[in-house]
Amino acid sequence: MDTSSFIASLRERYLELSPHMSECGLEIAHLSTDSATLVLPSREDWLGDAESGRFNPGVITMLVDNTAGLAVIARAGRREPIATLDLRMDYLRPAFIGTPVSCRAQCIRMTRSIAFAHAVIWQDDEHTPIATAQGVFMRSGARQQQAAGA
Amino acid sequence: MNGSWNEARRAARADGDYQALVERIPYARFLGIRATRHDGGLRTCLPFRESLVGNPRRRAWHGGVTAAFMENTALLQLLLQLDEDRMPKSIDFAIDYLLPGRPDDLHADCTVSRLGSRVAQAMIRCWQSDPGRPIAIARGHFLLSSSA
Repeated sequence: MDTSSFIASLRERYLELSPHMSECGLEIAHLSTDSATLVLPSREDWLGDAESGRFNPGVITMLVDNTAGLAVIARAGRREPIATLDLRMDYLRPAFIGTPVSCRAQCIRMTRSIAFAHAVIWQDDEHTPIATAQGVFMRSGARQQQAAGA
Repeated sequence: MNGSWNEARRAARADGDYQALVERIPYARFLGIRATRHDGGLRTCLPFRESLVGNPRRRAWHGGVTAAFMENTALLQLLLQLDEDRMPKSIDFAIDYLLPGRPDDLHADCTVSRLGSRVAQAMIRCWQSDPGRPIAIARGHFLLSSSA
């Protein structure tokens, strides 16, 4: 499968593969071998508390894990199992319910076993992020592929 | 509205009704977090359900959901332990995944390691069958309301 048809099929199938991503209404706004952008719709369910109108931080972390994972698979150029080793969030500004949240992730370095990703999260303006994040993923399939001579 | 946090906290402290705090956090309620008193402290549980699966082939927990569960465990611990009149604000959060999450319930507890006048640091541990064998550990900093 060449790169563009892999990206097209990944774009079509990534979200439906995960029950939780479908349940949350995530959408892929952009996908290429360089980066992935997912959009999380605003829902009352994502509130941290009723008074402030802010997003709960956990739902932002969930969005980042998905987006960074997608960016890593897109960069790998084939569907392979990956596992999150760690994830680190910096919450720069509050996010308020009423506007969707977007996350753009890039895999900035990929080795045979490990992938490093950076992510930016925003509501109205990508240049005024509500959070930034870094994640490290293990390419669990690397060893088997190596053994199989891939 | 501040009175409601106090009311929920009072129910939690006096009667061990920790669920009263969860009910005031819409996203924690959406996930299905349960909070109980265990050995005098807070313990949370996230019952397994298919819609929280990240990878259907392995039926593994969604890593982002595990993180969200742990982050909310820290918020619940702070709301219970301190006399905050609003939700503490997350400053940062970092999680290390140690083992894959099997299709079984998640459990977590939290220790506040540093409590300053403005910032609290919390450590969270998440496990499945054995508290001594965590599947993930996490830490976070939170801004307290006294420091607005």
